Amino acid sequence: MNLTLQIWRQNGPQDAGRTVTYPVSNVSPDMSFLEMIDELNIDLIKKGEEPIAFDHDCREGICGMCSMFINGEAHGPDRGVTTCQLHMRTFKDGDTITVEPWRAKAFPVIKDLMVDRSAFDRVIQAGGYISVNTSGNTLDANAILVPKADADAAFDAATCIGCGACVATCKNASAMLFVSAKVSQLALLPQGKVEAAERVQNMVRQMDLEGFGNCTNTGACEVECPKGISLENIARMNREFLSASLTH
Amino acid sequence: MATGKGLFGSSLARKYWMALTGLFLCSFLVIHLLGNLPLMTGDHEAFNIYARFMTTFPVIKAVSYLLYASILLHTVDGLMLTRQNSAARPVKYANYNGAANASWASRNMALLGTFTLVFLIVHLKSFWFEMHFGNVPTVLIEGEEVKDLYTLTVTSFAQWWYTAFYVFAMAMLGFHLWHGFSSAFQTLGINHPTYTPIIKGIGAFFALVIPGVFALIPIVIYLNSLAA
Repeated sequence: MNLTLQIWRQNGPQDAGRTVTYPVSNVSPDMSFLEMIDELNIDLIKKGEEPIAFDHDCREGICGMCSMFINGEAHGPDRGVTTCQLHMRTFKDGDTITVEPWRAKAFPVIKDLMVDRSAFDRVIQAGGYISVNTSGNTLDANAILVPKADADAAFDAATCIGCGACVATCKNASAMLFVSAKVSQLALLPQGKVEAAERVQNMVRQMDLEGFGNCTNTGACEVECPKGISLENIARMNREFLSASLTH
Repeated sequence: MATGKGLFGSSLARKYWMALTGLFLCSFLVIHLLGNLPLMTGDHEAFNIYARFMTTFPVIKAVSYLLYASILLHTVDGLMLTRQNSAARPVKYANYNGAANASWASRNMALLGTFTLVFLIVHLKSFWFEMHFGNVPTVLIEGEEVKDLYTLTVTSFAQWWYTAFYVFAMAMLGFHLWHGFSSAFQTLGINHPTYTPIIKGIGAFFALVIPGVFALIPIVIYLNSLAA
């Protein structure tokens, strides 16, 4: 396959940045999108040019690092995948492919396609935990009965890998799907219920402070989420926050 | 302890107000449409009695202030949310395929809302303002002088461009409701495997039928004016 890539290049956070066109040839349809960029980077290094900086780690769809906005969609046109799981067979010979970093005020560009997602870490720090006594008399978590349906729903929410595709794809750069998944995974379980009201208020406050946009329920996040996190989580967070606001 | 800003200030609270005022405005649409139906059948007297009732009955007057407040809150809140949303992405994408994952209506609520507001201003000036403060000629109904809103309405819609503007505005309102009705329930935390599809169905029905019948009234009046 021969392709034309239009990739965002930006030397650092202060640089204005620009789109650079790179023709790539002999791309195997079996390559992942990241392997294709690796090949391009090898060529760039051989030519003495700066390789394209991009985040990646596990390359098996669980770390959530490979943030690339490909042809107008987070992680490209495939559903339920991260960029490392996107294969070149999705594209056609001769295609022009645009590659941009996640665009959000809360996710500033570090370099090229790498963005700083520590806003997510600060949201987690604001309430994405449970306070437990670890001084030696810790309760066995398995001793507390959890209804199967609740455990399943909590687990589904906990599959969120914090990749930021929801923010990247939302027309408002809203982080509601991420935050609601993190609120839900704890709010559904008995251990998390103790601090549920404070948690949702603190996490929403931090989300707002970070400068994420508001949810308009377009549902784009759910479609683009590589882990299939459901909008039901956003509704649950809306309920949790409403009841916490009225009672705390 | 309480750390949030309660039901004011936070992004979620702004959305609750958006949903609550939006749903209240939906309920008003139903009442308004029912009152307009005599226009369709050409029932001169019934429409004028309804118009007088709506402008003079104390309960309706009280509710009307809630209605004006809702329109204002829905507008101001919407503007604030839209400004924040725009600020949340200072550098836009060169290539953004919004159609791949969300409906056109859901992505253009602010635009559709703005058009609805422009329509509302024109509409209120034409009928609400005239009925309340203008010199509308009167007719005698059961020995009582009543402002003849019926004739004012029928005369207005005899102009093709005025009718066309209304039909277009109702199409925009329809798209706004197509997303807005069910979206309000999600915002208020109602998302259920059984009820959400029903809510979405009611929302789609509401978005088609309410603006549809509203738009039909000026069309019928216009066609009648051609015949006469």
